[in-house]
Amino acid sequence: MTWGSYAALIALGAFHGLNPAMGWLFAVARGMQERSRAVLLRSLPPIAAGHLASVAIVAAVISATRSVLAADVTGIAGGVLLVGFGLWRLLSERHFRWAGMRLSPAQLAGWSFLMSSAHGAGLMLLPVLATTPVPVTHPGHALSGSPAGALTGLAAAGVHTVAMVTVMAGCALLVYEFLGVRILRRAWFNVDRLWAGVLVAAGALTIALTA
Amino acid sequence: MTRWTPDPTFYPSPSDAAGAPAEKLAYVAAFDRAAEKPDAIAVIDTDPASAEYGRVVGWTDLPHTGDELHHFGWNACSSALCPTAPHPHVERRYLIVPGLRSSRIYVLDTRDDPRSPQLVKEISAAELAAKADYSRPHTVHCGPDGIYVSALGAGRGDDGPGGIAILDHQTFDVRGAWEADRGDQYLAYDFWWHLTQDVLVTSEWGTPGMIEDGIVPELLLGRRYGHRIHFWDLAKRSLVQTVDLGDQYQMALELRPAHEPTASHGFLGVVISVVDLSASIWVWHRSGGGFEVRKIIDIPAEPADPALLPPALQPFGAVPPLVTDIDLSVDDKYLYVSCWGTGELRRYDVSDPFHPVLKDSVHLGGIVRRTPHPAFPDEPLAGGPQMIEVSRDGERVYVTNSLYGSWDDQFYPDGVGAWLAKADVTAGAFTLDQRFFPHGDEFRGRRVHQTRLQGGDASSDSYCFPS
Repeated sequence: MTWGSYAALIALGAFHGLNPAMGWLFAVARGMQERSRAVLLRSLPPIAAGHLASVAIVAAVISATRSVLAADVTGIAGGVLLVGFGLWRLLSERHFRWAGMRLSPAQLAGWSFLMSSAHGAGLMLLPVLATTPVPVTHPGHALSGSPAGALTGLAAAGVHTVAMVTVMAGCALLVYEFLGVRILRRAWFNVDRLWAGVLVAAGALTIALTA
Repeated sequence: MTRWTPDPTFYPSPSDAAGAPAEKLAYVAAFDRAAEKPDAIAVIDTDPASAEYGRVVGWTDLPHTGDELHHFGWNACSSALCPTAPHPHVERRYLIVPGLRSSRIYVLDTRDDPRSPQLVKEISAAELAAKADYSRPHTVHCGPDGIYVSALGAGRGDDGPGGIAILDHQTFDVRGAWEADRGDQYLAYDFWWHLTQDVLVTSEWGTPGMIEDGIVPELLLGRRYGHRIHFWDLAKRSLVQTVDLGDQYQMALELRPAHEPTASHGFLGVVISVVDLSASIWVWHRSGGGFEVRKIIDIPAEPADPALLPPALQPFGAVPPLVTDIDLSVDDKYLYVSCWGTGELRRYDVSDPFHPVLKDSVHLGGIVRRTPHPAFPDEPLAGGPQMIEVSRDGERVYVTNSLYGSWDDQFYPDGVGAWLAKADVTAGAFTLDQRFFPHGDEFRGRRVHQTRLQGGDASSDSYCFPS
C-alpha cells in the first residue's frame, strides 16, 4: 500500500461518512427521539461495524483473488459466489422488511451492513486495491500470497472505516447539536447519482493506471 | 424520477412542515353514483390571488366506470426522509387513486401539468387479488419503504379479511400483503402509524358485503360493524394488541396519530352508538407496555320531527351526528370533527389530548338543518361536512360532502349534491370562506369525496424527526 492508496481510502471513507443514508442520520434520529446525545453516540459503533464488515468482505476477496489469480481459483470463486448469493438473498426485497426505528445494536449493525452492501460501498475500494502492488512473500509461488493479500484488503477496510466513522460522528454531532435536521432539505445531495459518476471515473482511472 | 436535492415538499419534522408555503391546487375525488360516466379527479384552484380561485380548473376522467373513487394519496412524502430507508430524492408526483367499488388502483402523474394529471398505470382488481389477496382498496399512505394501501375485503368474494397491501414505490407493482401475522383481525378500514416507534394502528368498518348496498339495520342493531382497534409491530408486521371499545360503538373509522414523532397518542372517530345514536372521539395512548384507549368526546344526537327524517331514522325521532371523519392539524393542536348527519364541522383544542375543548364550529347542510353556504344563502344544502383536509400551516380547512354512494342515498334520499367548502382558521376565528364554494354543476354530476392538497396536507405525511 502506498501513501497515495491510503489517502484514497481515507477520502472514500470520508465520502461514505458524509452520506446521511449510510448511518449518521439514523444515529441523529435515535438521539433526537430519546432526546439524548448518549443514544446518538451509542448508535455509531454498530453502524461502523456493519460498514466495516461489508467493506472488509469485498476488500479481502479483491485482494486475495489478485494475489492467487493463477492458483486456487475454484475456492475463491466459490467464496465469492456464496457471498454474492447471500447478499442477493438479503437484499432481494430491496428494503429490509424488519428494519424499524427501534433496533438493537446487533440489528443496527446488520442494517448498516446491508445498507453499505446495497450501495456497493466495498466496490468503491476496487480502484485502490486493484492498483496496489500485490505483496509477495515467496517470489514465483503465487499460492502463499493469498493470506497476505486478504490482510491487505482488511487493513484497507480498517483505514477506510476509521475515516468513515470519524466523519460520520462529526456530521451527526454537528447536525444534532447545532444545525438541526432542517439542513437536510438543502444539503442532502443525491449521493447515489454522484456515486455512479465517481464509479465510472474511478473505473476509467483504474484501467489507465494498470494498462 | 430522482432529483439532485430532496423534494422541496418533504419536511423532516412537523414544525418544519407547518411552515410550508400554501397550496395552489387541490385534488378532489369525484365519482358518478350511477356508474354511467367515468369517475374523475377534479382540480381546484386554491390560490386566493388567482382569478380562478375556488373554481374547478382541471378535470381528469378515468378510463372505466363504476370505480367509486374514495380515498387516495401521494406516492411519496416526508417519510422518505426517514433514516431507516431514506429516499429523499424521489418526487411527490403521483397520486395513487383506488376505486373502492371496482378494486382498481390508478396511478396519476401530476408533474408535467398539475392541472391535468395523466394516467400512467392501472392496477387491476385481479392483480391486487392475485398478489395480495385483497379487494376494495381504501386508505393510501406513503411509507418510507413503499406505498401502503388498506383494503376492506379479501381477494375473492365479499367477505374479509381486509388488511394492507404494499405497492412498490417506484414501479407501483403490488408486492403483496403487509401482514406477517394478523391474529384474529378480520375487519379493516383506516390505518396509520407512529413511525419512530415501530407501531402501526388499524381500525374496523365492515366487509364489502356489510357496506356496499348501504348500511344494514340488522347488522347495526346486532352490533356487527367494527368496534375494535389494533396495534401492530410495524417492523415485524404482526398484531400485538387489540382494544375493543365495546360493541355499542359501531364503526370505529378514522385514525389520526399525533404528528410529533415523540408523542405516542392519537385520535379515533366512532360513527355511532347504537344505545343513543351519539358519536364519539377516543384517544389512544401508551400505558405500561401497551396501549389504552379512552373516550374523550361524546356528541349527542339531536331530536327531530320524524316527518323530516329519512325512513331509516324515522323510528328514532332524532338525527345522529354521524362523525365520519376527523383530522388533526400538523402542530397537533386542533382536531377537526365532521358531523355529517347534523351538518356541523367542529374544532376542538386538543393540546391536552385527554381534555379536549370545543372551540367553535360551523354548520353546513345536515339531514334536517340543510344550512346553506353564506355565499349562496338561498340554496339549502344536502350532505354535510364529511372528508376534512387541513393545510400544513393549519390556516385552511377543506370539506367535501359525500360519504359513500349507497350510504348517501340512505341518509339523503332526495339527493346529496356535491360541494366543497373551505374554512379559514385563526386562533380566535373559524369562518367559511365566501369566495370558495365550488358546488353543483361544477362537478359535472359527480359526488365529491376526499381532497388532497398539492405539496401535502395534514393527513398525507409522517415525520421521523422531532420538532
